Amino acid sequence: MPEGVAESAAGRWRRRSLDLVGRNLSVVVLVLLCLISSAATWREQNPVTSRSGAAVARQVLEACQTPCSVLVVARDTEADRVFVQAIEQGLDTAGARIAGRVFGQPRDVRLELERIAGVGGSFDAIATHRIASEWGPVRTAGTPVFAPRSYHWPTFLTARNLLNVVNQNADIAIIALGMTLVILTAGIDLSVGSLLALAGVIAAVTAQEWFGGAAASPAGLLAAMLLGVAAAALGGLLSGTMVTAFRVPPFVATLGLMMLARGLALILAVGHQRRLVGGGAEGTPEAVRVDAAVFAWLGNGTVFGVPNPILLMLVLFVAAHLLMTRTMFGRYVYAVGGNVEAARLSGVPVTAVLLAVYCLCGAFAGLAGIVDASRFEGGRPNAGELYELQVIAAVVVGGASLAGGRGRIAGTLIGAMIIAVIQNGLNIAGVASYEQKVVFGALILAAVLLDRLQPKIASRRARMTRASTSTPVQ
Amino acid sequence: MLELQRISKSYPGVDALRAVSLAVGAGEVLGLVGENGAGKSTLIRIVSGAERPDGGRIELDGRAAAFASPADARQRGIAVIHQELSLVPQLSVRENLFLGAGWSRRGIVRRRWEEREARRLLRLLEMDIDPGARCSELSLGARQAVEIAKALALEPRLLILDEPTAALSPREARALLRQVRELARRGAAAIYISHRLEEIEAVADRVAVLRDGELVRSIDRRESAGGDDGLAPLDRDRLIETMVGRALSAEFPPRLPGAIGETRLEVRGLSAGRRVRDVSFDIRRGEVLGLAGLVGAGRTDVARMIFGAAAPDRGEVWLDGRRLELRSPRQAIRSGICLLPEDRRGEGLVLSRSARANFALPNLDRFRRWRALVDRHREGRAFSRWREQLDIRLVRAGQRVATLSGGNQQKVVIARWLERGARVVLCDEPTRGIDVGARYEIYEWIRRMAAEGKAVLLISSELEEVLSMSDRVLVMHDGRVRGEILEPANADPAGVLRTAAGIGLSEAPSVA
Repeated sequence: MPEGVAESAAGRWRRRSLDLVGRNLSVVVLVLLCLISSAATWREQNPVTSRSGAAVARQVLEACQTPCSVLVVARDTEADRVFVQAIEQGLDTAGARIAGRVFGQPRDVRLELERIAGVGGSFDAIATHRIASEWGPVRTAGTPVFAPRSYHWPTFLTARNLLNVVNQNADIAIIALGMTLVILTAGIDLSVGSLLALAGVIAAVTAQEWFGGAAASPAGLLAAMLLGVAAAALGGLLSGTMVTAFRVPPFVATLGLMMLARGLALILAVGHQRRLVGGGAEGTPEAVRVDAAVFAWLGNGTVFGVPNPILLMLVLFVAAHLLMTRTMFGRYVYAVGGNVEAARLSGVPVTAVLLAVYCLCGAFAGLAGIVDASRFEGGRPNAGELYELQVIAAVVVGGASLAGGRGRIAGTLIGAMIIAVIQNGLNIAGVASYEQKVVFGALILAAVLLDRLQPKIASRRARMTRASTSTPVQ
Repeated sequence: MLELQRISKSYPGVDALRAVSLAVGAGEVLGLVGENGAGKSTLIRIVSGAERPDGGRIELDGRAAAFASPADARQRGIAVIHQELSLVPQLSVRENLFLGAGWSRRGIVRRRWEEREARRLLRLLEMDIDPGARCSELSLGARQAVEIAKALALEPRLLILDEPTAALSPREARALLRQVRELARRGAAAIYISHRLEEIEAVADRVAVLRDGELVRSIDRRESAGGDDGLAPLDRDRLIETMVGRALSAEFPPRLPGAIGETRLEVRGLSAGRRVRDVSFDIRRGEVLGLAGLVGAGRTDVARMIFGAAAPDRGEVWLDGRRLELRSPRQAIRSGICLLPEDRRGEGLVLSRSARANFALPNLDRFRRWRALVDRHREGRAFSRWREQLDIRLVRAGQRVATLSGGNQQKVVIARWLERGARVVLCDEPTRGIDVGARYEIYEWIRRMAAEGKAVLLISSELEEVLSMSDRVLVMHDGRVRGEILEPANADPAGVLRTAAGIGLSEAPSVA
């Protein structure tokens, strides 16, 4: 900024902070939403984890001298087993004895107590968690009961809930990436939900019929999945061709493809069922089940405790971010969206860029379809209905302008998360899904309104900038 | 009836109007003439309520009037016939004529009455147009006539016509002029803007000449006729002298040393419909070829065709002895041709992006790393270098180009082509809307590019600019090259303007 600009420190601070909030409005909104969700779900937490199990073991060892014998009580769930394993490990290393263990209901505790009494055994303590410590037989057993201390913490802000929220919306977020590209070019793609279903069904049908069904090799399953993605990408290329070569408005072109792809997915699914039943039996548009167990890995597996869909989503976001900020293609997309004519006169291959954008959008929808099919262990021809609207909402809430040229990949990630967090918050608060629609409708309107107001805000900011730079220049 | 008192209006970098006072009375036709950019269009936009003046007063019937919008001005009886057509192409002629409010009876369309009125209005203009025809099916001339009929239907008190005959045949033009006179005889007022001085002579009672946003001359032909009923003849040559005026205050940098070399760009028989007809010329290394003419003479079309942005019907372009395929701007840029478009904001720049991104857009292949990645350091270095050399004033490198002044925007466009190292530079109105200081710098860069051996085509509607900056000037009129000036520095501007206006040419539309 040139010298001679008189601006008070307070004024500058105010302007800068307003600027920062204005530029990162969606981040501010997301943080606010997380705070609200956290405050609304402030509950007593009773952790049942390996860490809390180890803590219980330490408590027991502090209270009674070795060799002491301990009864371990828990429910019959996955988490409880991990919990119990941690307790026993802790006791074992200190040389304590396990008098018995219970996985189940209060009734099972009574039976175990009777068994121990029956063989003349005894124990000095019961190790369990907060929930089982309330059970009748545990309280009346007559020995000290040890359970991890409970504490207060927002349910929303637990690792399990957060992973769950993101995992459930990973497919929306992945499609939103492709949609961001399309919207940046001032287009729209309504076919993504149908392409998702088509990709899933094609992957499932080919896995079952071409690559060996239950006996399919991982390579065969990968091929089936790639076929699904390729089909969706081809669909995108088709709408891209309509938009570029025949100048069909994107809305109409992708509306047609939306119905076409959905119909194809249903036809393929019905045909598969018919072949399964054999003969001329009526097929039904049910999900095409995939028998190979590995197929479910992508949608349900975890790496280091993080669900695979989240990892895939993160990888794709980083890749898309780099694509849009570091490559020629990214620059071209922004230029085409900002001003087609100027882009063309600057030598941007407009047609190729648009084709690539729609093709990529289809491919992203196809990837989401594979995730969906893997998660449900089969291709569902009815999957992804109305996804296009959720996805567009995520992109718009993320700050992209429907007029094109303005928007960021990071913004879309935040937009998708805003929608996920609101959904989760409303679910925890017990708001019915039909009531949630009202909230989302209002959210989208607010986001679009903000988009409309932005030019005015921007021009005011530009005036401020210009005014502050128009000091006399020689 | 309408009186303008000291009206001023300025846009960033330009004073479009400087204290212009004008009046037009009932039953009077005022002819308004001036060069391109003299301020005529701005004046019309202010009178029609499309824009508000920065200073001055508008009086209607002796009372101060401030028009809030075109609809407001229309309500008070001011009708404008624009250069750009304002018809809805999907609707019929009749529907277009009575599109505005006030024609229906309590919201119900009066079809039969409309039909009759439409026929009457079109007959007045001697146009053979079916009121039921869709406007999209009409020729440009017919659409222009519908536009005029639409204004006449309002029976306006003041009719403003901005180059109304550009698309009309001579017969249609004559009918229009008669209609304007008829309107005046019935007590209405009219402001008639035209480059065709013979039309002004045929229709105007008074003539006002605008130059550089100032009213430089006003001629009352009734007075000079000495009380007779008729009008004094117009001295067209003197009128043109007045329009061109003395030399502008803007100065032009001297020509840089450097000989004009062999032929670089050859254009042969370029034609496109009625807009460009058989245009041929050469530009040599180090030469600036000026292309003078009025708006709509086809100069921009020629540049766009050389650049591959528009397809010619016929014609060839050769660059350094190789024939070019005029398929896309991308190809033209690769061959070493670049364009500074007339409409910088609409065609030159992506306004929502930064100055740097705009600079880099056609040059990304030069900053490429690993095939597709953009090397941002090289990009930034190149941009800073040109930013310094061209003195592009930015607050920060990432500043959106929309917030820059016109001069700085044009410099961004120039910088991108300098980085590219083009062989041919097509400049279409390179200084339009740019203030005097930045103008001089842009002239310097044009000189420098020529001195580097580039071939420069300079399209300009400003006579002084094109004559002072060019080594040679071609004058275009109505799609054809009509004259060549070998020593532009010593040329007579009035003569050039005459050629550009088509005066003295055999095919010029004559108005009886």
